[in-house]
Amino acid sequence: MLIRDLIANKHTKSFDRRTPASNRFLSLLTPRWLRRNMDALILEPSLYTVKAVLILDNDGERLYAKYYDETYPTVKEQKAFEKNIFNKTHRTDSEIALLEGLTVVYKSNIDLYFYVIGSSHENELMLMSVLNCLFDSLSQMLRKNVEKRALLENMEGLFLAVDEIVDGGVILESDPQQVVHRVALRGDDVPLTEQTVTQVLQSAKEQIKWSLLR
Amino acid sequence: MIKKFDKKDEESGSGSNPFQNLEKSAVLQEARIFNETPINPRRCLHILTKIIYLLNQGEHFGTTEATEAFFAMTRLFQSNDQTLRRMCYLTIKEMANISEDVIIVTSSLTKDMTGKEDVYRGPAIRALCRITDTTMLQAIERYMKQAIVDKVPSVSSSALVSSLHMVKMSYDVVKRWVNEAQEAASSDNIMVQYHALGLLYHLRKNDRLAVSKMLNKFTKSGLKSPFAYCMLIRIASRLLEDTEGGCVRARVCVCVCLCVSVCESMSVCVCVCVCLCVSVCESMSVCVCVCVCVCECVSPKAALRYAAVRTLNKVAMKHPSAVTACNLDLENLITDSNRSIATLAITTLLKTGSESSVDRLMKQISSFVSEISDEFKVVVVQAISALCQKYPRKHSVMMNFLSNMLRDDGGFEYKRAIVDCIISIIEENPESKETGLAHLCEFIEDCEHTVLATKILHLLGKEGPRTPSPSKYIRFIFNRVVLESEAVRAAAVSALAKFGAQNDDLLPSVLVLMQRCMMDSDDEVRDRATFYMNVLQQKQKALNAAYIFNGLTVSVPGLEKSLHQYTLEPTEKPFDMKTVPLVTAAITEQKTDIAPVATSKLPEKLTPSRQDIYQEQLAAIPEFGAWGRCSAPRIRCS
Repeated sequence: MLIRDLIANKHTKSFDRRTPASNRFLSLLTPRWLRRNMDALILEPSLYTVKAVLILDNDGERLYAKYYDETYPTVKEQKAFEKNIFNKTHRTDSEIALLEGLTVVYKSNIDLYFYVIGSSHENELMLMSVLNCLFDSLSQMLRKNVEKRALLENMEGLFLAVDEIVDGGVILESDPQQVVHRVALRGDDVPLTEQTVTQVLQSAKEQIKWSLLR
Repeated sequence: MIKKFDKKDEESGSGSNPFQNLEKSAVLQEARIFNETPINPRRCLHILTKIIYLLNQGEHFGTTEATEAFFAMTRLFQSNDQTLRRMCYLTIKEMANISEDVIIVTSSLTKDMTGKEDVYRGPAIRALCRITDTTMLQAIERYMKQAIVDKVPSVSSSALVSSLHMVKMSYDVVKRWVNEAQEAASSDNIMVQYHALGLLYHLRKNDRLAVSKMLNKFTKSGLKSPFAYCMLIRIASRLLEDTEGGCVRARVCVCVCLCVSVCESMSVCVCVCVCLCVSVCESMSVCVCVCVCVCECVSPKAALRYAAVRTLNKVAMKHPSAVTACNLDLENLITDSNRSIATLAITTLLKTGSESSVDRLMKQISSFVSEISDEFKVVVVQAISALCQKYPRKHSVMMNFLSNMLRDDGGFEYKRAIVDCIISIIEENPESKETGLAHLCEFIEDCEHTVLATKILHLLGKEGPRTPSPSKYIRFIFNRVVLESEAVRAAAVSALAKFGAQNDDLLPSVLVLMQRCMMDSDDEVRDRATFYMNVLQQKQKALNAAYIFNGLTVSVPGLEKSLHQYTLEPTEKPFDMKTVPLVTAAITEQKTDIAPVATSKLPEKLTPSRQDIYQEQLAAIPEFGAWGRCSAPRIRCS
């Protein structure tokens, strides 16, 4: 049976010249169903673990989205995917779901929904660490006010934070303290002369609000 | 009045989205202020943010406008504002693919990379490597090597990750940095260790000996980072898979990692999955893993519970007896608020459950099946299908359950899975045939998927005539002829013909119905009806057998080729079916994977059989081609 398989395989398989002969022989000895099952269960070791990071608002509209591979190459497909996962996750409060063959870990806060997407065989806890890092760093940068308006006013902080956490699909940093330190955003110390009237009134309102709350 | 306007203005100014209704052309126009001196950091920052926001929303930037914006942005390097500089790096990365001549910033980036400000160095390296090509890479090689072994962890991490990205582009150059990466791997910082290990593996992937040496070294010296442990376990498993159980070192490594990672939950899940796939560790380790998973089943964090249940699910596939001890905990998880966890718990219980618990499980599943997503519904149906094969006596309970699920809303994959399950029950269990066929008939009354309807009609035609009272199925089939689309009508006509051929008492009524079908609007239906009418009217068993019961025994691509050949050569004699090669192997449906997969986007093509491929190759050779098609039967040579 083995020899017939070997001869038959010669016709249909083209061998990669780089793999040594011993490898080829051994891979023929492993029955194909076992190899296929093992491939499905073991992920090829790789640093590329994150497929996408998304932030959606209360209506499922995209506030921020970064895709690190070609799972959804066009904007149209991306938007369809975002709509799909929003519909499936915004009602329930659980942290994790398996959708469209991908592992999705998510967290919501007031009017924002944070998602980190990885392959279905990916380690869920790694994806959770990315999500927690992102959420905690944003929480520190926005002074615990993680909601849509505050986020939109600090979009540059968000861009830089995500850049420090994931780079091209590789987890770069998992400690939120380090991320905040590296983003190194200065506070809103804009000189009074540069602000517009509405901005001054707004900052005055904020100050009064905080003093009342204290 | 004026006050009111002010208030409205204020509210709209501070409450609404500052990025709403952004116009790309307006923003690019604003970008012209980058050319002014002195640079106003706050305004420039705001405009850059707007540009990146637009890119993020999927707005398309043409090459010219992108290049213009890019060049304008390069002027911002003159400012010393930290945030502005960081945003410039980000813009470089975002626009690297859409703008031309991005390499002009190389010198500024190189300066920042080797400068004194540590905050700039990491991001500058990452931006530089995004715009570098092979020739430039050799120029900055020296700086990259220094950066990899730098004491500042952010610089080292950035350098390692960027090197990884560049492996795809120029493997030979990056390979020379192996020693630096090795040094970085002994760093204290957990992320640097993780990145260094990943890079080393990617560089040595094809050299099994080097990988096993590396594995050995790290197992002895120990790692600090849980991320790195996950990576190490996966590498070890890959090595084991390749060497087919020959590599003792890899085995030892995995066992050591298992012991260490029992303390760290992140590694446990990976470890267990891996161990089971490769069947490295035997029953004792399996029990250890299962115990750890059970502890995590009661964890308050959903992600841990999910990981634990998924691992137990995988264990159940290979060692169902080991999971039986956890049945109690798994039953608690059935009522979990996270539906994915509940579904996985149920499917695991279905694999390990006993016959008495089947009824109870079915009731529990039916209570929440409407709330879970389609992919999980398919998983549950597949688990039920496996269970049906295990306990054939429970078929009535399953059949009821499946028919209820069939009545609910669902996608095509879901309905198909249920139909396949019912068909498999009917085929295995003759007692369930009547009920099964009745449920399927009810389903096709209201089915919008043509593929499923035709499949069920085909099945009815095959099995219906053999039942004790075939006449009741005729009503269902004839309704299809009247009401549905062309493909379904044609299938219904074929099914009717089968009834007429097998049951002589039904033959007159079938013939009357066929007469009706001959007036159909679609030509395929009319052709079939006329053909079957003529065959049935002959009332000869042999003809019935040849044309109605047995399908096409030749391969369809082969038939197509032969017909094409026939039309090309003008001959007097008629087309001979015997020249078409028969189908050699029976087409068996592959069992789909248990894990839910994304629905395939490409339609499945009918692959030609091996004989057809050979024929084509032979015909290509002019000497053989002249001899025409190969029609002699296969003879064993010697």
